[in-house]
Amino acid sequence: MSFTPDIRLFSCHYTSQQSCADQGHKLQQLDFPENVTMTRVVCTGKLEEITLLKAFEDGADGVYVVGCPADGCHNVKGSQRAAKRVEAVRSALGELGLEKDRAKMFFLPRGLHPEFVDVAQEMTDHIAELGPSPF
Amino acid sequence: MIIAERKPLAEIIEMVQDCKKILVLACRGCVTVCSAGGEREAEILASLIRLGLKKAGKSAEVSDASLVRQCDKEYINGIDQFKDQYDAIVSTACGVGVNFIANLRPDDNVFPALNTTFFGGSSEQGIWTEQCAGCGDCVLHLTGGLCPVARCAKSLMNGPCGGSVDGRCEIDAEVNCIWQMIYDRMGRLQRQEELFASAPICDWSTAGHGGPRKQVREDLTV
Repeated sequence: MSFTPDIRLFSCHYTSQQSCADQGHKLQQLDFPENVTMTRVVCTGKLEEITLLKAFEDGADGVYVVGCPADGCHNVKGSQRAAKRVEAVRSALGELGLEKDRAKMFFLPRGLHPEFVDVAQEMTDHIAELGPSPF
Repeated sequence: MIIAERKPLAEIIEMVQDCKKILVLACRGCVTVCSAGGEREAEILASLIRLGLKKAGKSAEVSDASLVRQCDKEYINGIDQFKDQYDAIVSTACGVGVNFIANLRPDDNVFPALNTTFFGGSSEQGIWTEQCAGCGDCVLHLTGGLCPVARCAKSLMNGPCGGSVDGRCEIDAEVNCIWQMIYDRMGRLQRQEELFASAPICDWSTAGHGGPRKQVREDLTV
């Protein structure tokens, strides 16, 4: 039975800036998966652990964060801080007996690069393999 | 301050598995500063308890709130505002807070969310180290301000022992030998000769070995 996972993406304002060009039409043209819901944040360093957990409570099967390259964050250490919070969520998922990979961090350059769509597809494929979240 | 860390989730979820209304109660004192049990951590824990119970096929109302501190009667009285909103409290305070709730709320279930670990300070962001053992008979005036009770693995009063090698303790090469540090510091202070005096056999009765401790300040009692 096919399963289309509900995936939530929290993306850095800068990394996703070009992705929103033409009201998101460019993303559609590049086959950005429709099951991925994107929330743009001013900086991924602003993301709190609870925001990611609430996404799981809200029914997400997988949650991922896309921030600037770790050594090139617009806000210096924002994406590094985000990565630590994602890691805390991964650790908590492990404690709850779930696959840690339901939460992931990606570092991508600014602008609309193929990788932005690639990681969305990667998450979709991987979470589809894992199956629905038990939450 | 008092340092603590969250217990494993499985342990916490087992404590509350049969509860229907759970209040995760934060403390805005020491455990907020060491990022173990403040408002942010209580909100996270409430979410994790909801997820953990749901995964186990159970459901409960899990809310979170906070008190200024959980180690004073007047603040514990603040629990009254949550009356009828819980059948169990999960306290993210240190062990003192959990005890105070148990003392003052004889009919309430209270569970600890944290393991209280030590009295310490933050040596750098995200890192806390033990500095004081609360032994009740401070000798810091004799040791240049560095505590041999808390920071020597053997709590030696006449150190160092033979396990001190190149300034490190035999228990772990990452751990400084506090007696080496005391010796060096007293040298810098030109007080090294004071260390030739032998400390007498220690009376540990003030350190909790004489039972639970109590302190009364008559000038403050009413």
